[in-house]
Amino acid sequence: MGKSAQPALMQGTLDLLVLHALQRGPMHGYAIAQTIHLLSDEVLKVEEGSLYPALYRLELDGAISGEWGVSENNRKAKYYSITKYGKKLVAEQQETWNRLSTAIQRVLAR
Amino acid sequence: MRRILLKLFRRRRLHEDLEAELAFHREMAGEQQNPIPLGRTSQIKEEAFDLWRFNGLENLWRDLVWATRGLRKTPGFLFTALLSLGLGIGANTAIFQIINAVRLRSLPIPSPHELAEVRIVGGNGGLGLNPGSYSGLTRPIWQEIRSHQEAFSGAFAWASNQVFLGRGEELRRVPAVRVSGDFFPVLGIRPWRGRLLLPEDETACPESKAVVSYAYWLGQMGGVEIGADSKLLVDGELRQVVGVTPPDFFGLSVGEHFDVALPFCQPKELRRDIFDTVVMGRLRPGWTLERASAHLQAISPGIIEATVPTGYSAYSDERYKKFRLAAYPASAGISSLRTQYNSSLWLLLGLSGLVLLMACANLANLMLARATTREHEMAVRLALGASRGRLLRQLLTEAGLLAAAGAILGIGLAQFFSQILVWSISTASGAVDLVLGTDWRVLLFATAAAVATCIIFGAIPAYRLANSEPTIAMKGGGRSITGSRSNLALQRLMLVTQIAVSLVLLVGALLFVRSFGKLITFDPGMREADITVAMLGYPASNVPPAEYKKFSRGLLEEVRSIPGILGAAATTNLPLLGSSWEHGVHVGSADGGSKFAWVSPGYFDTMGIRVIAGRDLDKKDTGESPRVAVVNQTFVRRYLGSANPLGVTMRTSPEPNYPSVVYEIVGVIQDTKYSDLRGETPPMTFAPDLQYPDPGPYTVLMVYSKQDPEVVMSTIKRTIARNHPEIITTSADFQTWIRDGLVRERLMATLAGFFGFLAALLATVGLYGMASYMMARRRNEIGIRIALGASRRDVIGMAMREASRLVIIGVLIGMATALLAGEGARSLLFELTPYDPPTLLGAAALLAAITFLATFQPARRASKLDPTVALRSE
Repeated sequence: MGKSAQPALMQGTLDLLVLHALQRGPMHGYAIAQTIHLLSDEVLKVEEGSLYPALYRLELDGAISGEWGVSENNRKAKYYSITKYGKKLVAEQQETWNRLSTAIQRVLAR
Repeated sequence: MRRILLKLFRRRRLHEDLEAELAFHREMAGEQQNPIPLGRTSQIKEEAFDLWRFNGLENLWRDLVWATRGLRKTPGFLFTALLSLGLGIGANTAIFQIINAVRLRSLPIPSPHELAEVRIVGGNGGLGLNPGSYSGLTRPIWQEIRSHQEAFSGAFAWASNQVFLGRGEELRRVPAVRVSGDFFPVLGIRPWRGRLLLPEDETACPESKAVVSYAYWLGQMGGVEIGADSKLLVDGELRQVVGVTPPDFFGLSVGEHFDVALPFCQPKELRRDIFDTVVMGRLRPGWTLERASAHLQAISPGIIEATVPTGYSAYSDERYKKFRLAAYPASAGISSLRTQYNSSLWLLLGLSGLVLLMACANLANLMLARATTREHEMAVRLALGASRGRLLRQLLTEAGLLAAAGAILGIGLAQFFSQILVWSISTASGAVDLVLGTDWRVLLFATAAAVATCIIFGAIPAYRLANSEPTIAMKGGGRSITGSRSNLALQRLMLVTQIAVSLVLLVGALLFVRSFGKLITFDPGMREADITVAMLGYPASNVPPAEYKKFSRGLLEEVRSIPGILGAAATTNLPLLGSSWEHGVHVGSADGGSKFAWVSPGYFDTMGIRVIAGRDLDKKDTGESPRVAVVNQTFVRRYLGSANPLGVTMRTSPEPNYPSVVYEIVGVIQDTKYSDLRGETPPMTFAPDLQYPDPGPYTVLMVYSKQDPEVVMSTIKRTIARNHPEIITTSADFQTWIRDGLVRERLMATLAGFFGFLAALLATVGLYGMASYMMARRRNEIGIRIALGASRRDVIGMAMREASRLVIIGVLIGMATALLAGEGARSLLFELTPYDPPTLLGAAALLAAITFLATFQPARRASKLDPTVALRSE
């Protein structure tokens, strides 16, 4: 599966990344994938195979909401925006993530 | 909640939405030459959709549709499965329905749980006269209870008996209840028409009012309004009918009904020795049964002291004064069926449960065989990523569907079966009226049976599936080289279980059928066939009581003179029909009891009883001659030992209307059975009918004739009616009457026999199927053996050896179970112990034969296997 240089996304982190990306404003699925790709300095690549199930799950959870709109190039696209609940969720998850990553770094530093 | 709504409203568009989104994504990626890897579209869809589904429910629905389709495709399997489940659950439910009606269900009255019955602790020990099928209290005891008790907010009493309605040709005997004035008010029964009996109807004898049952009112009175002209001729006297009881009220005795209800009446003197009255009451609020019992205990001495019957011996008086009263639950009424059929019904439920178990085992085999043919399919699905749980669910859904359909079919069949059962325990002399509703208990029972069956026959194939390796299953195409050991072990276990269970059922069947056969062919020491019992009653005639004995003799002579009648005699007690008549006797220094009957000369001849010493009773024994008696061998053994009985005197203990009498023993008869074919022969005494101290306006005749009983009965009736139109004649065939008393044994024999037959059938089918299946699984192994030089005999021998090993294990387990279970059947068997060796051996031999037959054919087929074909098909 993929090259070894390409770190696989940890379970659960995709949700956080998607929500984080959406805090910049509503965007469609492709844009979300691109944003994550760019923000990670082109390290993380989000497969559509994991992105769309994640989007559907988050929508069902009520963390984001989807609405059909028109894209930059005049095409019909579904735009996702983060909800109030989603904002709360991202804050919580970010906190958790921070603690976790510091902990991991500490472990690896010894 | 929000999720459910979202799911409901959005799912229609879900598919198109996702499709469009993915298309857009790819287009964007394509335009920007973006190398982001693409996933598999179908998988994305599946994953995304899974979230939006009502997974459990929808999968269940799909499983159900799938299972229905699968079952429809195999109508043979469906038919077998439904039939065996329907029959199994139906038979169980039917028996449970009867248990429910007889034992569990409450009476159809308001607040039945408040009802309690007052009884003598431990019963009355046979003291006094006990005309009913359950011993109760006397009327004087009831009156004392009524005036002294504080435990009940309302107490009432009743007695069931029979009355004659109409007169002459129209005369009919119908079941009736006599009730205290509080009976209907305390029970809270509302009249269907008119009014019911009230305390003011309890008058001096004879009573003048009557109430009829709904069934009688509709059937016999044409359902006309109750008015001043509604009258009924009861026992020759006109009664005013004041009302009709509601349709669902059958009285308080489950299994019986009444046509007429009459109020208690107050005679000049109330007999203190007739225990025919049932006393019940509604507990006061806050009173428990224990508190009521304690209260009754406390007031018992006073009540008992005030009601001691007069004229009994000091010994009997002592016994009477020890009686104590207590309260017992009565919410389900009382029933003689309960004591009579209690153990048989539970035993039958057990037997039918075992049959259901056998049916389940067979079904499990069928399911297993089905699963095997689908093993390949299952393996492919597993390999393609279907979860094991999903496949398991599917198998269990199929089983559940079958069980549910079987239960519905079973409940339907049960209505029919239970009617047949009730009909088969009803006899000419005693119809059984049971209200067989399908209430929540019955439904719960059927459901539980269905769930249990589903678990048994569904879980075994599922267990198999759970342990199967997809790679092996696919490789072997459903057949591995030796047939995996563990799979066959499961099959062997089931085979052994089936053999054990069917052995238990066969033993049960043989025991009950043989026991019934013994009863039917049993020689009670007297003539049973060709005897007609004729009961002549003349309460309405103007024969003075002093002339009763002479009149009775006259009737006997009239019957004797009818052509074709070979013998006739009068008796005061009918043998073998359950009635019993005992007096205390003193013979020399020995004290004890003896059964008594006063018979006319020729009684022993008519009944085919041999006089083995001394003389028969004859015409010279009159009311004025010395008191003489003929006793049986048991009497002599018990009271006289080896001494010569002839000329010895015996003295009876005094009782009301039966003063102490000294009899001289003039003859000895051979031992015969007394009131019942079962049981020991008691000491018996026969005295001349003309010396009977308490004659009444009735004569009971035993008539011996080789003619058809129907002809004899009608001839007697015609002859008597011609000369004495006022006499009420009822007659019955002696043997039929005795057999009616064996209805419980007949029922047990028929049903146990039927269950045994079913078990044998199921075992044969099951064993055959199993043997064929095992042989088929081991085709390759057998092919290799034959290729390596095994002969046909070796192959058959191998199969038979294995089968006989299983049979031996199964039979041993079955024997142990049958011996344990046999204890429950002991009291129901006649002249047989549950450990009867011929029965056990017979059942084992039968099973061995069945196993041989069922295994031989598949083994022979396997031995004819062409090894090249078998091995090539690999």
